[in-house]
Formats: sequence, C-alpha cells, structure tokens
Amino acid sequence: MQVSKEELLHIANLADLEISQSDIDKYLLNLQDILNFANIVNEAPTEDLDITIGANEAQNVFRKDEIEVFEDNEALLQNAPDKELNMFKIPKVIN
Amino acid sequence: MEITELTVHELIDKMQRKELTSTQITKSYIDRMKEKEPDVKAFVTTLEEQAIEQAKEIDQKKEAGEITGRYAGIPIGIKDNMCTKGIKTTCSSHMLENFVSPYDATVVDKLNKENIINLGKLNMDEFAMGSSTEYSYFKKTSNPWNLNKVPGGSSGGSAAAVAANMVPWALGSDTGGSIRLPASFCGVVGLKPTYGLVSRYGLVAFASSLDQIGPITKDVEDAAILLNLISGHDEKDTTSVNYEKKDYTAKLKEDIKGKKIGVPKEFFGDGINQEVKENLEKAIKTYQSLGAQIEEFSLDIAQYALATYYIIACAEASSNLGRFDGIRYGYRAKEFGSLKELYKKSRSEGFGAEVKRRIILGTYVLSSGYYDAYYKKAQQVRTLVMKEFDKGFEKYDVILTPTSPAVAFDIGSKSNNPLEMYLSDICTVSVNIAGLPGISIPCGVNKEGMPIGMQLIGNKFEEEKLLNMAYAFEQVTKFRENYQPQFIR
Repeated sequence: MQVSKEELLHIANLADLEISQSDIDKYLLNLQDILNFANIVNEAPTEDLDITIGANEAQNVFRKDEIEVFEDNEALLQNAPDKELNMFKIPKVIN
Repeated sequence: MEITELTVHELIDKMQRKELTSTQITKSYIDRMKEKEPDVKAFVTTLEEQAIEQAKEIDQKKEAGEITGRYAGIPIGIKDNMCTKGIKTTCSSHMLENFVSPYDATVVDKLNKENIINLGKLNMDEFAMGSSTEYSYFKKTSNPWNLNKVPGGSSGGSAAAVAANMVPWALGSDTGGSIRLPASFCGVVGLKPTYGLVSRYGLVAFASSLDQIGPITKDVEDAAILLNLISGHDEKDTTSVNYEKKDYTAKLKEDIKGKKIGVPKEFFGDGINQEVKENLEKAIKTYQSLGAQIEEFSLDIAQYALATYYIIACAEASSNLGRFDGIRYGYRAKEFGSLKELYKKSRSEGFGAEVKRRIILGTYVLSSGYYDAYYKKAQQVRTLVMKEFDKGFEKYDVILTPTSPAVAFDIGSKSNNPLEMYLSDICTVSVNIAGLPGISIPCGVNKEGMPIGMQLIGNKFEEEKLLNMAYAFEQVTKFRENYQPQFIR
C-alpha cells in the first residue's frame, strides 16, 4: 500500500506527534519500506486460523476491589512539569 | 583472579566461607566501573556512594546475625526501564530524563528484599526500541570486545556491563530479542523467560503482550539463580502466571544424554553469516558428542514472524506510549498554546526519531482501513507461529538456532536504515510472538574475535530443561576461560 503525505500527517496528528517539514520525506520513505516488508504477513497460510491477542490463553483475572491508600502524594507530584498545591496544572481548556 | 572476574555463584561461595565481604566486592566493582565506564559507557545512572554505604551496613548486619540471606550484599545492574523508587528511571529517553519513580518494580522489590545492591541503571535503546543501543538519548554504549562496535540492543548497557565485569550480573528486558541479542553480541548469557513467569509490574511498557524481564549473566548457573530470585506470581501484573515456584538450579547439572534437539533449517539459510553458521554447526557436533539427538526440521516462520512482530509491537507501543503527554510526569515543551498543542509539542520534542517512527507505524496499522490487512492478519500469523512451535515441541526438547544472523556490527552502520536494523532480530522475535523461553549463550568467536551466540528455545515454562541444555554445553566449551573482551579501540 502506498502511503501519501496527507495520510502520514493525519496519522501523526492522531498520535499527537508533529513531523517537521524537513523530516516528512524521510518518515514517508521509512514507513513505506517497513510496510512493504510487513506485507509478507498477507502471504502467510492463515486460512481458518483464529487471532491471538496475548502469549497466554486469554482469561479474566479478578481480584478484590479493595482501596489501598498511597500516602506519598509528594512522590507522585514531584514529577509533574507544572503543578499548583496538590494538583497537576494544564492550559485552560474552556474559554 | 580479580574479584570482578568471578561469577555470582563463586562470589556467594566466597562470602559464605567468609573469604570476601560485600564491601570488598562492591568496592571492586566500583573501581572497575570507574576504569571501564569511560570506554564502554554502559550506565545512565551510577550509585557508587549509596552502594558502598549499603554494602557496609549489610556486612555489619551479617556479622551481627541480623541478615542471613545467601545473596545479601551481591551487587547488580538494572536496565533503566525498571522502576526504582527514589532513583531516576529514564528509559534512556529525553521524555523521562528527570523521572523519579514513586515505587519499585516488583523485580526490584524482590532484589531489595534479598539485600542485593543496586550499582546503577543501565543504558538502552530509547523505550527499548532498537537492536544496538544507539537510539539512547544519552550515549552510545560500546561493545567491550571492540569499542567501535555496538553491544546490541535494546539491553545493550546491561550486556556490555556484564561482559566488561562492571557488574556481576544484570537485569534486562526482552520484547523481540532485547536480552538475547546483546548477550550474543557481548559474549554473555541472556535468558528471556516464558511470558508471565516474571512480573512486569514497574517495567515501563513497550509491547505488553511481548515484554518480559530476564537475567543477563556471566554464566548459565548465574542465570538460573537470578531467575529464581525474580520469578513468581504477582497480583499487580494480571498476565503473570500463578505457576509452581521452581528452583531453576536443581536440574542444571543433569546428564543431557538422549535429549532431542530440533534444528530448523530455515534459520540456517542464505541470510546467515558463514562464520556464524560454522560455529553453530560446531556447537551441534558438541551436543552430539554429549549424547543429544539432533534432527533437522522445517520451521518456516522467521520472515512472517519478523513482520508480525513489528506490526504487533508497534501497535501496542502506540497505545502504551500514549500516556506520555507532558502532564503528570515526563518532558513538557516550553512553548504551547492549547492543550492539544502541549501534547503534540511535548511528545514531538520528548521522543526520539525511532520511537516516533514506531508510534506512527503502530497508529497506522491500527487505523481504520488498515486494521484488517495488517493488525488482524498479524494476530492470525501469531497463532500460526504458536502452532508451528507446538508441532516442534511434540518432537524436541529444545530448538537450536543462531541468536543473530551476524556478529556485532560497527557503530553507525545501521542506525539510519530502520529496516536493516530490524533484520538483526529475525532469529529472536518468534520466541516472543509465541511467549516461549529462549536463552542465548556464546558458542565461539569469528576471525575478528567477536562473539557468536547460540539460541536455545524451550517449550513454555520449561526453563529447567533449557538451562540444563545450556549448562551442559557451557561446561565442555568453556567460553569464558578461552575468550575475554579485549576493549579494542
């Protein structure tokens, strides 16, 4: 499948990434290369095979829904790039 | 013999006989680290002072009888994608350059409980995406055998540090070969356990259905010991398996006579370097002389598995790395207007090129219109790969392949060609796709003196058999006695 420049930019936007004008051709080339290679999966003899989503047999894992208090709030907040009091700070979202 | 040349089981013996203290061992490693780190560049963070303090305290407590554990006071190095409370966990990324985890990964917690001493956090490809450790944001690690060559990746810092005797053993993580490939390139032992045997809690996720933590060690016995220490069910990781706890050293020294080894002929095809092939053929003869039965068979999945791997791993990565948004932790761009712009600029500036490439590829294969052709198809191929391995293990105890088609390559020679870099993983990825255990052990060197790795693949949860087979080979080939890294410039 041929990837267009518009498609690349659309995908990047979905992934919250910016690609600079000078990098677009390089990304297109790399992506095309890898996809051309990845196409080989369509030649694999997979008729009637189910899909596998994990390395273990998929099953629900349950545990008791118990509240555990994580007391070290400071440690949680120390990595925040911007904070106020005990809150993460972000730009205004409602005008 | 220098203290740093000893294996961990030798160090333990000497500590038990009171010939060595933890302080002596830890100091020796720190001296060695100071001597070799400028050349090898294996560490992102070193913890010299903290480690010495800990060692002294452990020695005192041992003396007073307050600590009795066998492993208390042994140092270790940890790949920098496992969370360590109060110590930076960077994933070798600008994104997490200053990230300090508020909690310990389960594996780190287990080591702490044994009073094992953390010497530092080891370099890696950014977010474990790469096969050479060149994609680290901070530094390029060199291969101790030849400093102009890559150590392999993504656990390149771990493998190089073990090979250079800067740590006695290390933890790595393996999503498509990231323990086994660098172990092979650096002439050490690397074990990727069965998916679910070791908890992933606190391992920064790359591809959750493939990631697994495992040991990188000087010899097979050390790998068995470290697996003993880190394996086991963990409630905090729902994919961790509630499996009987085993002692992986128990069957290490058993006779391997009559064991059946399957050799898949497709893994010895045109793409494999001639010297690698010759050394593997010699290894097969060694196994024959030990009484193992060798049989060639067909396992025609390598190409499909590699394509499937990059589709599935990138798809999962694109989702897993969505959490890095510059809000709660990680890098935040300096200039932005809206919230969306904050996300976009922080991610674009915080991630390196290879990480962005994989996120874009992953987003692409999951996007509407391509989901069926790529992602769903890859999941079907995953079933195919598992079935083919199942067939193999009906007949064989282990499957033997090269770990990589070639030895360590020159720094810079592949870093601009992603697809060529991906081909380094062609022999290892199928093991992750199927969730199997795999071990890489050195089986010789090429004309330039670079190590060659042999991979043994086992059936699920058959690490005992795998380690037994690897140990038997190691005992007769004595790689560590015959070859040492030369730090060639």
